[in-house]
Amino acid sequence: MTDPILEIRNISKSFGALKASNNVSLDLRPGEIHALIGPNGAGKSTLIKQIDGSLVPDAGSVWFEGRDMTALGVVARAQAGLARTFQISSLAMDMTVLQNVVLGALGRRGDVFRFFRDVMKDEELLGIGHHALKQVGLEEFARFRTAELSHGQRRQLEVAVALTRTPKVFLMDEPMAGLGAEGSRRLTGFLDTLRQEAPILLVEHDMDAVFALADRITVLVYGEVIATGSAAEIRSDPLVRTAYLGEEDAA
Amino acid sequence: MRRETVLNTVVFLGLLVIPLWAWVSNEPFTITLATRVAVLALAGVGLNVALGLGGLVSFGHAVFFGIGGYAMGVLASHSQTFTPMMEWPFLIEGTKSMPVIWLVAMIGSGLAALAIGALSLRTSGVYFIMITLAFGQMFYFFAISWPAYGGEDGLSIYVRNGFPGLNTLDPIQFFAICYVILGLAVFGVARLSRSSFGLALSAARQNATRVQSVGIGPYRLRLVAFVISGAITGLAGALFADLNRFVSPTMFSWQTSGEIMIFIILGGVGRLFGPIVGAALFILLEHFLGGLSDYWNIYLGALLLVVVLFAKGGLIGLVAGREVAHD
Amino acid sequence: MSLILMIEQLLNGLQFGIMLFLMAAGLTLIFGVMGLINLAHGSLYMIGAFAAAAVAAATGSFLLALVASLVAAAVAGAIIELTVIRHLYARDHLDQVLATFALILIFSEGTRWVFGSFPLFLNIPDYLSGPITLPGGIQYPFYRLMLIVVGLLVAAGLFALIAWTRLGIQIRAGESDREMIGALGVNISRLYTLVFALGAALAGLAGALIGAIQSVQVGMGEPVLILAFVVIVIGGIGSIKGALVGAVLVGLTDTMGRFLLPTIFGAFMDPSAATSVGSALASMSIYVLMAAVLLFKPNGLYGNA
Repeated sequence: MTDPILEIRNISKSFGALKASNNVSLDLRPGEIHALIGPNGAGKSTLIKQIDGSLVPDAGSVWFEGRDMTALGVVARAQAGLARTFQISSLAMDMTVLQNVVLGALGRRGDVFRFFRDVMKDEELLGIGHHALKQVGLEEFARFRTAELSHGQRRQLEVAVALTRTPKVFLMDEPMAGLGAEGSRRLTGFLDTLRQEAPILLVEHDMDAVFALADRITVLVYGEVIATGSAAEIRSDPLVRTAYLGEEDAA
Repeated sequence: MRRETVLNTVVFLGLLVIPLWAWVSNEPFTITLATRVAVLALAGVGLNVALGLGGLVSFGHAVFFGIGGYAMGVLASHSQTFTPMMEWPFLIEGTKSMPVIWLVAMIGSGLAALAIGALSLRTSGVYFIMITLAFGQMFYFFAISWPAYGGEDGLSIYVRNGFPGLNTLDPIQFFAICYVILGLAVFGVARLSRSSFGLALSAARQNATRVQSVGIGPYRLRLVAFVISGAITGLAGALFADLNRFVSPTMFSWQTSGEIMIFIILGGVGRLFGPIVGAALFILLEHFLGGLSDYWNIYLGALLLVVVLFAKGGLIGLVAGREVAHD
Repeated sequence: MSLILMIEQLLNGLQFGIMLFLMAAGLTLIFGVMGLINLAHGSLYMIGAFAAAAVAAATGSFLLALVASLVAAAVAGAIIELTVIRHLYARDHLDQVLATFALILIFSEGTRWVFGSFPLFLNIPDYLSGPITLPGGIQYPFYRLMLIVVGLLVAAGLFALIAWTRLGIQIRAGESDREMIGALGVNISRLYTLVFALGAALAGLAGALIGAIQSVQVGMGEPVLILAFVVIVIGGIGSIKGALVGAVLVGLTDTMGRFLLPTIFGAFMDPSAATSVGSALASMSIYVLMAAVLLFKPNGLYGNA
């Protein structure tokens, strides 16, 4: 079994009396889609923030490609190859779709401090940008202002920007949220092929997508991991059924 | 052709044509007015790099305006009194050469921007506004209480500084210098906003999280923008001091900071020619409304209020419509 | 340099600081509750001073003048909150800064139009003037001592208001979560108007009290406003305790700086050079203090990160 590319070891985080993350451990192996599920308020967002670097854990560590990343911030982790998509789309709204992906490619290439050449005429960056847009199916919207895109299209754009980074790990925070049935199906199919580019840590509520895609599932309830395993194992785990899926069954 | 481009061309050519006409009709006062527009517009172009591109609300930009002005004042006054600035460990004399003065002005204000920016950019929005205001005030009080260069009364420079090959006392020639510099600055800022740096800076203005998550640090972007912004405004300060042949602590005051902001807002924040349109509008208002009433600032305040509340895009926004994302 | 002189200067610094607190408290409250940066606060200070001077001249009563300053500033504050400020809550900081700057222009020129360009005078009433003998035999102006007392009383009153009254609870809740208190049924508009008027009244009072020892003129408010900003940056935005600590620090630093620095330089420079270098550096001292605080605590001493 190959070494995990991303490891979260014993992460704990409290906000006052609230223990948002309680000794959480999980890992992500190359080529897999590892889904993180749990009811609202389970602490999934808090955990993601501690992985991408925007929140500092009280205890525990984050390891990426065998290196301890815990002390590094968002920018350093992004430069190391961590690509995150946001639950609430975090895009430059007044820019065009193309500009947003070019920005991603620019961040990857790293030469931000150039002052005279027109960046939107840079062949290499444009190439990467257009390729990413094609992969998510937004090619024809390249010249649109990002604010004009629909909710689902902004999701696709988020994924496209993540693609321009040629990342080593994808961190996806509820990419299906707000998409209709058709959009969810398409994105599910797309993510299935994406795992070959880089493994995906997928936070999701959409159970159909989760069970269709995930190699492994970790269940988070009240900040604690109550189960980790394959889709079949999780489905039949009695703890999980009562704590999470059981409530959905009854509903 | 886009409406904004048409408007920009009209304004820029107008700024050239009007003083030329005044030169031919022997009306030097109008040339001086146009020069004021050009110089103040340059100060605004500088601020716009930080404010319009970077989204940094710097309410203390008069610091750089004043440093540029005093760079001119100090160098020229030592030159006109034939006293060196420093004799030990090495000799530094004053100078009346404009290019040298401009260089000193830009370096001085650039360094000040580096220091102030390094400190204040680590804080969030509102603190930044207050801190830049505070540092402006600090320089103001320092200039007032430093008697060597006039203190509160300011410093008069008796002869205009020299530029190789030109008679700088001739109003139209001095105007030409300022106009060309303004043109170069606008050109430079235009290229800057379309460059990699410009793209990243604009993105950081709209969404700092986005920029971080693609591996770009917003702090460094903003610091560099602030330094560039300060240097340009500093250059404007040196030219302004030369125009009036007078430097005073007022150049550091919060009122001056406010005025530079007003030009940009009246013209349109973030618009390339916003500062020029705004400065022209401001000077026109000052000239005509000021002639009508001593209390014309009330009308300026009311106008500013109306623009902020209802016409956020300024004059250019009104005429040319919403900004088109350039790609 | 005598001990008596030193104590006198310390008291002056304390008095300066306490008056700054009145300005800073209003500003930080307005920002904490409404998220609004208000440059027109200096104008409210000025309005309080002018109202006091006018009423004192008309009636001869200092007490009435103080009441007038509170009322005039509060009313002016309420009016601008209802007409202009409430459009700014949803706007970004740039808009708030510009709109309130526009208000400064309007108020300053308006005041100049009504009262002229020459300063007005507000006199310390006889029953408050003259020196008072403090323990230790030190003579100190009675009025300045009163300023310290009044300031501390106002501070205590503010703390009590925030900690124990219904309004105070609403203020505290509003500071942590603006949307929540609306959902809880609190009348947000009325709360905001009240908070703004309260802040304005404090500024107006400060203007009247200081107006008696300095002059009452157009533009008197802005330097104090900027000083109040320094106080808030040092103390931390939204924190009244921070405003008090910051204000006293600023007051003491400035006063003691002006007092001590020329003397220190006088030890190895000739007197005139010492005075100019000393006072030039002294004028920078509080900004150096602010920069020093920022290096270690970018959000102020008591600000939330």
